[in-house]
Amino acid sequence: MPRGDDRPRRPPSGFEGARLTMIEIFAYEFMQRALFAGVIASVLCGVIGIYVILNRIVFIGGGIAHTAFGGIGLGYLLGMDPLIFAVLFSVAAALGIGAISDRSRVSEDTAIGVFWAAGMSLGIVFVSLSRGYAPDLFDYLFGNILAVSWNDVLLISVLTLGMIILVALLYKDLLILSFDPSYGEAVGLPTRELRLLLLCMVALSVVVLIKIVGIILVIALLTIPGAIGRQHAQSLKRIMAISIFLGASFVLVGLVLSYQLNIPSGATIILTASGTFFASTLLTR
Amino acid sequence: MTGASAVSIEDLSVYLGGRTVLEDVNIEVKEGDFLGLIGPNGGGKTTLLKAILGLIKPPRGRVLVLGMSPEEARKRVGYLPQKSLFDPKFPISALEVVMMGRYGKRGLFGRYSPEDRDAALAALSAVGMLEEKDREIGGLSGGQQQRIFVARALVSEPELLLLDEPATGIDSSRQREFYELLSELNEKMTIIMVSHDISAVSTYVKKIACVNRKLYYHSSKELTAEDIEEAYQCPVEMIAHGVPHRVLREHD
Repeated sequence: MPRGDDRPRRPPSGFEGARLTMIEIFAYEFMQRALFAGVIASVLCGVIGIYVILNRIVFIGGGIAHTAFGGIGLGYLLGMDPLIFAVLFSVAAALGIGAISDRSRVSEDTAIGVFWAAGMSLGIVFVSLSRGYAPDLFDYLFGNILAVSWNDVLLISVLTLGMIILVALLYKDLLILSFDPSYGEAVGLPTRELRLLLLCMVALSVVVLIKIVGIILVIALLTIPGAIGRQHAQSLKRIMAISIFLGASFVLVGLVLSYQLNIPSGATIILTASGTFFASTLLTR
Repeated sequence: MTGASAVSIEDLSVYLGGRTVLEDVNIEVKEGDFLGLIGPNGGGKTTLLKAILGLIKPPRGRVLVLGMSPEEARKRVGYLPQKSLFDPKFPISALEVVMMGRYGKRGLFGRYSPEDRDAALAALSAVGMLEEKDREIGGLSGGQQQRIFVARALVSEPELLLLDEPATGIDSSRQREFYELLSELNEKMTIIMVSHDISAVSTYVKKIACVNRKLYYHSSKELTAEDIEEAYQCPVEMIAHGVPHRVLREHD
């Protein structure tokens, strides 16, 4: 078993083995923080995720998330908050992948691959250089919603609010970009800049989600609610509403299951989500 | 329709990726014209439309649209791109697609107003698609989709309409109806239409130009056999049947 333990911390020994009700589980403050962070992140996923799907940039999201690991490593090396550097690395990855695939002869998926691997490698080198003990490194890779602090909840809330405001202001523009960018260009929409902005929004969303499901699982939480929403609704706004509801349900169910079964929370949330996705896909064939 | 110039192009040359796509193009399109642009694939038809839209900065030559630069004129130009490969399951209604045509009036960050919605409904009704306004775009037939995209080009109340292969994806039985709609629209605006379908073009348009790097144009519907042969770089047979020209290509 890896050192980083993202299983829910069980209550003191007297409770050992006991099955707790939902109310009892959420009497713990760390569980309240986890639920809070999870619900807010679901709002973010619901709003941004559908754009990720419609613009077919799921794997750019993956590339951005893995590049962020370089920033986390640098945070360890400098003894500062890894998430701040994760923001810098992921935004740099968004702009880098966007610019390279836009201008040079390198195709987009090649750029994704290079950033993905280079970011992970940098992270590993930085961590090894820091020679320190990195107990929660595993949390950044696979997520640990139970280790979320009130500070993290604040950061997640601020980023989510900012993103909702941006999407509200640019709703019609993002719709043109997602549906028919070549037409957008013809009517004067700054498609290149708008696409880079969308990639940066994905980058910031990824950082929010790293705390919850971890770098490796980020793209699942970002895209599965939207993918299911799309199977059941025909308008963008309705898909967003369904995705938010689904995302919050996945977090809640995943959290309770992981607590009851004593298994890692990030993976449990994603398995809940992907299980629902497969079921929904079979039902709506 | 005072005979003022809608599009005026002088000595236009365009080079893309080291290749000469357009060379010394000169053309004068008058207000109220319905110009058909024909020519082989890769001959520069779409590039010419893009130059008129100001999407390509020509290294040589001058393009004036409605008496101004293409960028300035863009708000007064409606554009129907070559059949776009949009996602057929994209969650968007016909009305929402048509509203996109109002982008030029609102700009980035701008919001659509009730006026935009009214204009979109009017455009939908002009193409006979008002009843389908809430349908998802992917659920419509190819011809219906093309009508929606024409409505999107119309909704900005343009003075000039640029159509790139507008009949693509329309059943041949429905094409006549579609071209008649364009003829009707031509009563109110200048139209430039790129097409492969030479017989349709010669039936409905007022003037024809042939583009293959160079532009062959006599400000009329008449093209000489030499023009077309030179443009297509292969022998053509011309049959006149009341319809001015029907051009059949011979292949080796």
